[in-house]
Amino acid sequence: MRPSIESTHVSSPPVPQDTVVAPGLAAPVSTGVGADAIIRFQGVSKNWGSNHVLKALNFDVAAGEKVSIIGPSGSGKTTILRILMTLETPSEGLVTVDGDVLWSVNAGEKVRETRQLRETRRKIGMVFQQFNLFPHMTALENIIEAPVHVLGMNRAEAQERAADLLKLVGLAKHMNHTPPQMSGGQQQRVAIARALAMRPKVLLFDEPTSALDPELIGDVLNVIRNLAHTTDMTMLMVTHEMRFAEEISDRVVMFDNGGAVESGPPAQIFKNPQQERTRTFLRAVLQH
Amino acid sequence: MIWDNHFAISVIPLLLQGLWVTIEITLLGTLIAAVLGLVFAVLRRLAIPVLSHLVAFLVVFVRGTPLLVQAYCAFFVLPAYGISFDAFTTGAVVIGINYSAYMAEVYRSGIQGVPAGQWEAATALSLPGVRTWGRIILPQALRTVVPMLGNYLIQMFKDSAVLSAITVVELMAAAQAIGSASFRYLEPLTLAAGLFLAISYPASRLINRLERRYAPQH
Ligand SMILES: Nc1ncnc2c1ncn2[C@@H]1O[C@H](COP(=O)(O)OP(=O)(O)O)[C@@H](O)[C@H]1O
Ligand SMILES: [Mg+2]
Repeated sequence: MRPSIESTHVSSPPVPQDTVVAPGLAAPVSTGVGADAIIRFQGVSKNWGSNHVLKALNFDVAAGEKVSIIGPSGSGKTTILRILMTLETPSEGLVTVDGDVLWSVNAGEKVRETRQLRETRRKIGMVFQQFNLFPHMTALENIIEAPVHVLGMNRAEAQERAADLLKLVGLAKHMNHTPPQMSGGQQQRVAIARALAMRPKVLLFDEPTSALDPELIGDVLNVIRNLAHTTDMTMLMVTHEMRFAEEISDRVVMFDNGGAVESGPPAQIFKNPQQERTRTFLRAVLQH
Repeated sequence: MIWDNHFAISVIPLLLQGLWVTIEITLLGTLIAAVLGLVFAVLRRLAIPVLSHLVAFLVVFVRGTPLLVQAYCAFFVLPAYGISFDAFTTGAVVIGINYSAYMAEVYRSGIQGVPAGQWEAATALSLPGVRTWGRIILPQALRTVVPMLGNYLIQMFKDSAVLSAITVVELMAAAQAIGSASFRYLEPLTLAAGLFLAISYPASRLINRLERRYAPQH
């Protein structure tokens, strides 16, 4: 469906001249996936005042990998996605995407948005918990906005592709509806189509179903499952849907206290967790 | 003094001429205020170091001094520095700038009312800044602002009477001129008040209806 992902060059990320890699950044540890990494966090910290949300995080995701992030509320899961989407600036550390530097921050340094960052950002798409569709635009207009005005695609072609994407998410008939006319589940599916329209290499999902009424969750999960099975897009999803994570993920990462506590195939994390923290977390969420 | 119908009818054409000037000043002033206010609001939000502070200062200055003082300064003081326009132009610009300071606040609250998620979605799609403002943020911000701008338009319509002090021959000045020439103030001033009301009352009814229509639907 999509062109295959080109080989990456993560072993020697091109560092722009006006930025300097923070000294003392260690090589990634246990959550690393080696040279195939399309996403690479190296020594990434994020503080809000004295709240140390991420603590020298090392975390890799391989190209094409479907990774679910689980963990208690407040453990920094959303922050990781937001740093990747450039909605948040790390306090320190190096983040590369597809071999390009996204963030390279020394502690205490003031960071500004560079052209490099803007270009790298285009490889990433994000699906938000609250959908964040543009309420004054129809589903179709939401989807073609960026292809036309960012990628420079001509309108007719963009509309044709948007119609295909709406079909893919089961909303072909809702093309001309605006978000207030749609249910939450429909809005979230339009939001997924909107993100896909930019052909991202990496798609981020931040609890895509947690703002939805229970009966609407299934349709959204079906769309995500379909993407996971039929595309080679890298998918990174924060979720509380444990069964779903188990089903579609290549790997599940348990986050707590500013870092990855445990990372492994779903069978290991859900059936045979190695860490006590993972066990207690899963007991708590699977019980209720 | 007893109301003189003949005299009253005879001064109506002059008053209507004044009313027309009032309307022209109001429309021009509103246009200036609406555009400038938007520019100020966006500049402040963009937080450009020196420019944003200049705008903030201008807003404080304009809001902290009476319109009459600003009109006098522009009409009687600025010409000494080589800046001089006719009374009509000066009046429209002064009242336009004056109201732009208030409208900037209205726009600012409208812009602030757009949820952060809208900015974030625009960033996630890599939309350029101009497109984000023009297609995503402002259309949503302005929706809530339209009725408030309407209220300012009506207020400006009445406030423009102040400009009679700098020789703009609007409705109030026309009524005064008739009064001092004929020594009869009852008819021209009553009629002037009636004309102000005849415009501002239906206009505010209309604004109220707009307000209901543009009210946030959630
Ligand atoms: N803009 C912010 N300002 C201050 N603190 C924040 C901000 N965003 C997130 N945090 C804090 O960072 C921590 C992690 O947040 P988040 O990444 O949203 O966690 P999660 O998604 O795992 O629930 C929380 O303690 C939260 O209060
Ligand atoms: Mg979260």
